[in-house]
Amino acid sequence: MSGKGIVHGLGVTLRHLLRTYWDDLKKGRRRYFNPEGIAYRQSPEVDGIFTVQYPEEKLPVPEEFRYLPFLVYDPGPAGEKVLRCTSCGICAKVCPPQCIWITRTTDPETGKPVPTPAEFAIDIDICMNCGLCAEYCPFDAIKMDHDYEIAGYDRMTTNIYTIEQLARSADYYRKIRPNAFASEEKDRLEREAAKAARAGTG
Amino acid sequence: MNDRLLSSTVDEAVSSRLSGLLTEDTRPGYSGYLVAPENLLEAVQILRDELGFDYLSSVTGVDYLEEDRLETVYHFYRSTGGSGLVLKSSCSRENGRIPSLTPIYPGAEFQEREAWDLLGIRFEGHPDLRRILMWEGFDGHPLRKDWREPYFEEEAKPFKSRWPDGKAVRSEEKTPFGDNVCFPPDFDPQTWQAEPETVIERLQQDEKPLADEEIQTDRIVVNLGPQHPSTHGVFRMTVMLDGETIVSLKPVMGYLHRNHEKIAERNTFLQNMPFTDRLDYLASMSNNFGYAIAVEKLMGVTPPERAEYIRVIMAELTRISSHIMTTGFLLNDLGAFFTPALYALEERELILDIFEMVSGSRMMCNYFRFGGVVRDIPEDVLGRIRQLVTDRLPRKIDELDSYLTNNEIVKTRCQGVGVLTDVQAIAYSAAGPILRASGVPYDVRRADPYSIYDRFDFDVAVQTHGDVYDRYLVRLQEMRESLKILRQALRDIPGGPVLAGKPQYQVRVPAGEAYGRVEGPKGELGFYVVSNGKPNPYRYHVRAPSFINLTSLETMCMHQKVADAVVVLGSVDIILGEVDR
Ligand code: SF4
Ligand code: SF4
Repeated sequence: MSGKGIVHGLGVTLRHLLRTYWDDLKKGRRRYFNPEGIAYRQSPEVDGIFTVQYPEEKLPVPEEFRYLPFLVYDPGPAGEKVLRCTSCGICAKVCPPQCIWITRTTDPETGKPVPTPAEFAIDIDICMNCGLCAEYCPFDAIKMDHDYEIAGYDRMTTNIYTIEQLARSADYYRKIRPNAFASEEKDRLEREAAKAARAGTG
Repeated sequence: MNDRLLSSTVDEAVSSRLSGLLTEDTRPGYSGYLVAPENLLEAVQILRDELGFDYLSSVTGVDYLEEDRLETVYHFYRSTGGSGLVLKSSCSRENGRIPSLTPIYPGAEFQEREAWDLLGIRFEGHPDLRRILMWEGFDGHPLRKDWREPYFEEEAKPFKSRWPDGKAVRSEEKTPFGDNVCFPPDFDPQTWQAEPETVIERLQQDEKPLADEEIQTDRIVVNLGPQHPSTHGVFRMTVMLDGETIVSLKPVMGYLHRNHEKIAERNTFLQNMPFTDRLDYLASMSNNFGYAIAVEKLMGVTPPERAEYIRVIMAELTRISSHIMTTGFLLNDLGAFFTPALYALEERELILDIFEMVSGSRMMCNYFRFGGVVRDIPEDVLGRIRQLVTDRLPRKIDELDSYLTNNEIVKTRCQGVGVLTDVQAIAYSAAGPILRASGVPYDVRRADPYSIYDRFDFDVAVQTHGDVYDRYLVRLQEMRESLKILRQALRDIPGGPVLAGKPQYQVRVPAGEAYGRVEGPKGELGFYVVSNGKPNPYRYHVRAPSFINLTSLETMCMHQKVADAVVVLGSVDIILGEVDR
């Protein structure tokens, strides 16, 4: 019979529509404006509406999520910020659009390089969020941030990030990427223990 | 084993039948045969008619500046499957000419235009040798090794200015607006007057009038696009109409061109990986896959087992997300505004969530590395994939099926529209669902298996009518076959490392050439990479399926109503990031 397919198709859309209201009625408040509700709407079990009311509601991002890079610093003995970066230049070399600019510090007396950056800049207009810098930094000094709300009115004065804008504490890093942080810490402790053992025997 | 057997018979057949015409390419790391331009057509005719190489997969060129020659590179395959044959023909850089293959393989048309545009290879006998990606007043051929962009800094990355004395500057400060383009010597943009577009002339020349014209009508030329929602991006179709019927159609493209290949030749091998994401941005995992395979062939590394399984899982999820989108948006083109598209997007979101958990990004995944993948899939994510694959996606694909397949409007608008026969599809080098909907069961995963696809039990989706409706059916079935592969991969995935060797930011790639191809959601996606042993690829070419699939667009739309051109284009499923590169 002609028209059966159309009627059937309309049935599918109608079912979708009714289910949306049914799910809303069934779950009520639990469905909106709370983390469980958001997680439910993003899960494979979801029925009904799956969109999120941004900016009132925000999607949680998974640990691996990457946006812009930042530089990790540890607190120094006097509370100062000690950047982990040794200005080895690997991130600047691996960066595909070449948007990392590093000036290495040189000792004014000896003229030898000092392992800390004098200047470190990332042109975030050009950064393609690829994460290669974080992936290949041998000192866990540059990591990918989760903060994606960086809209602004003027890119010319704000969008080349310098050390001030790039530096984030190791604590912050631990908060956004707990698993990566824990496994790196474990590796570091093991390395140090091995070094100490070697020093002890040697 | 099978592969070697086949290629040895190919060698024998070639040497017995074509010994006078071809010589073997003996440069270290290279393969295939060399042919003099004057013998090319004869050799190719024999290849196609007697040896069965009826499918011209890729046409491109390499500029060997130091040897002062341009080499055209052809990759031929049999539409019945098996490994391919590479043919190369050289001419001088200045005035060299290569005979066009369009009389034998119509599918060479756009690819030869591209090689002319970007490399300046003159193809004699080409019916329409105009620029295709660059604009008509452009100066020079950008993929030549001595061509430099206005932003030029150095031949190859990494640039020395970034470290150890890097001071950030914007490139637009060095080359302000107006200086960021080169013009031909006698060209003044202030006084220049646009000539009537050559495309209009072409439209008139190639017009195929309707057979029985009862009413005398005027021809009108209509531009669909570049700014038009139905073109899926900045793509333009110029059509000549007789009443409402298309009598001539020429696609115009390049609005999103950024010379991906030139960028890639300045990049290091690894730096190209995130750039491949931006080709077909709905299927970045597939793009990664193709490029990784090409470079791995050169490097001679094989990924560990677990990495192979992860790659297949990612590639098949990508196929589902891409096909489901295409299906949804095809209905948009039919006028069912956004309800089916939104149903499709819902499922795609769930797949993108998985990509985000695994790779850190929903669309620009940058997940593959030479010899493996970046990081392992955590167990809970595998669980989520299982849940999707066993429960949610099959249910939703069935729902889409019952929603659309028997809908009378879908049927009347799609059946018999945009027909491409099997012979035409092969001749035009169509790939992917277009080719298979025309009755050619050619799928690279089966025809020339890569990675571990030979281990899985799946069917190649195929239909026979070659119309829009059959393309929809092929995509639907392919999603189900992908689920089948996914179930097997999830069942068999072993433990172990996911990368061969240590992570390296500067890989060593021995000199030579390689062609890596995968079956992407849009069709055969190929990467032709030439290395000269340096950290940057000497030549990098993408065989972009959505670009080459457009070669047959005019044939598909001929004598159809103009409203159907939109539907046909929707069924071809182009992604402008890949078409324009
Ligand atoms: S790779 Fe790491 S340590 Fe080296 S310069 Fe970059 S951020 Fe600093
Ligand atoms: S994320 Fe990629 S593009 Fe951005 S700074 Fe790091 S390496 Fe460069």
